[in-house]
Amino acid sequence: MRTINSDIIKQAVRDLFLSACRMPGDDALSAIRAAYQAETCPPSKEALRQLIENARVSDETGMPYCQDTGMAVVFVDVGQDVHVEGVLDAAINEGVREAYEQGYFRKSVRDPITGINTNDNTPAVIHYDIVEGDRISITAAPKGFGSENMSRIAMLKPGDGISGIKSFVVDCVKSAGGSPCPPVVLGVGIGGTFEKCALIAKKQLLREIGSLNSDTTLAVLEQSLKDEINALDIGVMGFGGSNYCLAVHIATYPTHIAGLPVAVNFQCHASRHAHITI
Amino acid sequence: MTELSTPLDINRIQKLCAGDSVALSGYAYTARDAAHARLFEMIRSNRALPITLKNSGIFYAGPCPDMPGRVINSCGPTTSSRMNAYAPLLYDMGISFVIGKGPVSDDVRDAIVRNKAVYFMAVGGAGALIASHITAAWDIAFPELGPEAIREVAFDKVPLIVAIDCRGSSVFAR
Repeated sequence: MRTINSDIIKQAVRDLFLSACRMPGDDALSAIRAAYQAETCPPSKEALRQLIENARVSDETGMPYCQDTGMAVVFVDVGQDVHVEGVLDAAINEGVREAYEQGYFRKSVRDPITGINTNDNTPAVIHYDIVEGDRISITAAPKGFGSENMSRIAMLKPGDGISGIKSFVVDCVKSAGGSPCPPVVLGVGIGGTFEKCALIAKKQLLREIGSLNSDTTLAVLEQSLKDEINALDIGVMGFGGSNYCLAVHIATYPTHIAGLPVAVNFQCHASRHAHITI
Repeated sequence: MTELSTPLDINRIQKLCAGDSVALSGYAYTARDAAHARLFEMIRSNRALPITLKNSGIFYAGPCPDMPGRVINSCGPTTSSRMNAYAPLLYDMGISFVIGKGPVSDDVRDAIVRNKAVYFMAVGGAGALIASHITAAWDIAFPELGPEAIREVAFDKVPLIVAIDCRGSSVFAR
């Protein structure tokens, strides 16, 4: 049994959010640059040019790339041979609190009924997995709500099959249009239960943009959905063109014989995450 | 790139077409969900508003907290459709432009046409770039709303795209 002090976890969470909230990942920035080279629709190309310029200004000034520094989503893999000294949940929330204060990040979290802002961007949304080993892996994934708001889940019927899944995903994109700050990444979950489906969709947003799915059937489905979506001519910010979607990432989980849950989680171009293993 | 200054002249507005790139200099008020709810409560109860609507502009934005050494921190547009319920009356009460992002309802488009106004879109997520085109910012109302407070900002050539022009043509139409 290995002991890890919760102070170490707090500091790690703080440093992860200080880094993640400022700038999208290199994979996102490369994909934006590639989209700029490929785009031919003038307003979309201009928008992509501004995004590249935005990353430069953010880097030079320290201002966050996007003012929506998100709700703090944290994925924690806890090794079953780890003993945490202190309170893990409290340490993670304290790390989030310190990062949003020290980084001059926007505090965007409010009570859903009273509307009162918690003023420190807590509570975080924390997902724990118990895994083998004596380490703790933490991924910080601040999530903006322009894209989160466009996300949907459908409880399809088993008979709807692949074509039903595809038409639901495309329908989500058509109804979202330019609102989720395209170019986007789509995390798609297929199967499981209502909540499992949404969670595996969200976890797909952590994958390196454009990385090949190890399941060849899903890899084909990802490419075919991406092509279909980019042919809709919605484009960057809804301005038209062929670069609405940087990637479609799909995960599946076995499901009940009576159902076919499908979740689509939108990620804007500010695809931000940071990871550490302690 | 068309250069524009506030207050927007009606002749200049009439020359703008959906899809045009513009560089806007001048003033606008930041306001988003919570500030709009407050303004509408004041309008309903016939109280004086903290901002002048006639010929002014509203920027749907909630910036990051102020950073030392900067006029304003990251400050990009938020989704305009959430303000669909509010925008038509504000256009009718005299605002000549809104800066936001994404499509808006037919009611909003009709109000833009009726008032010979315009809807500009800033690039969503380009918060640092837009902040670098803001040269001054003043607190105006509802400071207790934090990022949702109303502030007045001064732009220097902020890059925008005409999303809906005064004839109702939209950059989102295909």
